Amino acid sequence: MRITCPHCGERDSREFDYLGAASLLERPENPAAFTDYIYSRENSAGDNAELWQHSMGCRAWLYVVRNVTTHDIKQVRLAREART
Amino acid sequence: MRYSAFQVLKNALTGNTGWKPVWRNPEPKKAYDVVIVGGGGHGLATAYYLAKTYGVQNIAVLEKGYLGGGNVGRNTTVVRANYLLDGNLEFYSKSLEMWETLSQELNYNVMLSQRGVLMLGHSDGQMEALARRGNANLATGDDAVLMGLDELRAFTPYLDFDNGRFPVKGGLLQRTGGTARHDAVAWGYARGADLHGVDLIQNCEVTGFRIENGAIKGVETSRGYIGAGKVGMAVAGRSSQLAEMAGMRLPIESHVLQAFVTEGLKPLINTVISFGMGHFYISQSDKGGLVYGGDIDGYNSYSQRGNLPMVEHVAEAGMALMPMLGRARQLRSWGGIMDMSMDGAPIIDTTPVDGLFLNGGWCYGGFKATPASGAAFAHLMATGQHADYAAKFRLNRFETGHLLDDEGTGPRPNRH
Repeated sequence: MRITCPHCGERDSREFDYLGAASLLERPENPAAFTDYIYSRENSAGDNAELWQHSMGCRAWLYVVRNVTTHDIKQVRLAREART
Repeated sequence: MRYSAFQVLKNALTGNTGWKPVWRNPEPKKAYDVVIVGGGGHGLATAYYLAKTYGVQNIAVLEKGYLGGGNVGRNTTVVRANYLLDGNLEFYSKSLEMWETLSQELNYNVMLSQRGVLMLGHSDGQMEALARRGNANLATGDDAVLMGLDELRAFTPYLDFDNGRFPVKGGLLQRTGGTARHDAVAWGYARGADLHGVDLIQNCEVTGFRIENGAIKGVETSRGYIGAGKVGMAVAGRSSQLAEMAGMRLPIESHVLQAFVTEGLKPLINTVISFGMGHFYISQSDKGGLVYGGDIDGYNSYSQRGNLPMVEHVAEAGMALMPMLGRARQLRSWGGIMDMSMDGAPIIDTTPVDGLFLNGGWCYGGFKATPASGAAFAHLMATGQHADYAAKFRLNRFETGHLLDDEGTGPRPNRH
């Protein structure tokens, strides 16, 4: 699997660390929603929006849309841009 | 037919014509008292104990593929009870106890081999952590032996004790742990369930639930609607997708875990060994193949095969522990999809839907849990009460904070 970092270009997936679902970017205001925010996951078998860090490269946090059955990477953006 | 030495002799003399298929292939009925979704180890075990222990008459197990075609046939067959935290301790202890008599219980040889499970330690800190874990196991009534280097060199002389990456300082051995024949466990439970009147229905995929006024009424399947008084989900790897059909979102991510086997070799590895470099572990099957594996690939996956970086890592770890492995030819590698729960422990519980029950989140502990998981899930579905040895596997523990994070890594499924 190879991921195209917006800064560094196409790189081997071993340069990246996986955090989890990109829903982590949407921090809730309401404390009651935090259990869901931290623990519940969509976990579908199709396209998954997720957060990766190019930890052995530019260290940028990335928003990646990846098909979790075929491992096709559909989209890579900087996480800070995906958030706004 | 009850299997016995007499039957073997009789069939030997009569051309082995007396062996018959061990379960029926019935058409689904219109409705059942209990429907179990998932014909793997846990689903079949649940149906078996529901019928046998709790006398439930009218049960079906629905399997979208073939019986035992999922993770129960794709794991590395390790059985052990060397966990650390209350909740896990008593559950896996109960499971190991059930393993010891499972072949007699099922009248089917599950080939349990209590060859021991050895966790290696590589630093003073790790040896103290192993001592703590061993004490927790002893306090639960299980066995644990803390081994120093001299003992270990005598027990497993073929390891590279002074390997540069993770030199071995000692280990924690559980002599009652070991391996079992994974397919036989599925087949044994399937045969037992069938003998107690359970309908095992293959090629029958559940595509939806019928829920009225918050209570389960039945399941939509690829072979039509089937009514049900109670429904149990036992589809680890796919729990999130099934639960979504009932409007639930689970604290689970699905990840792929790879395993590997070499060509058959003469007897070499006398126990099950886990190594501190990643989660590398290795044992030898009865056929002689070395069976080993490592960590999950590290990101969500529903693909039943892994990627190459983990293949390379596992090979490196194996070579560090046993350089001779480099001379063996690897025959096969494969992947299974794990329900990785957010704290690394399973869920056996009721759900917000009346009559719908959940058994999932087994991470990579599913195989060794099979007997106790089936018994506990059957107990819950039959009585509405949690079995005392599985009382902490609650779905709401993520809300109440009663997490069972044995690895201590937080809500990061790829770190468990």
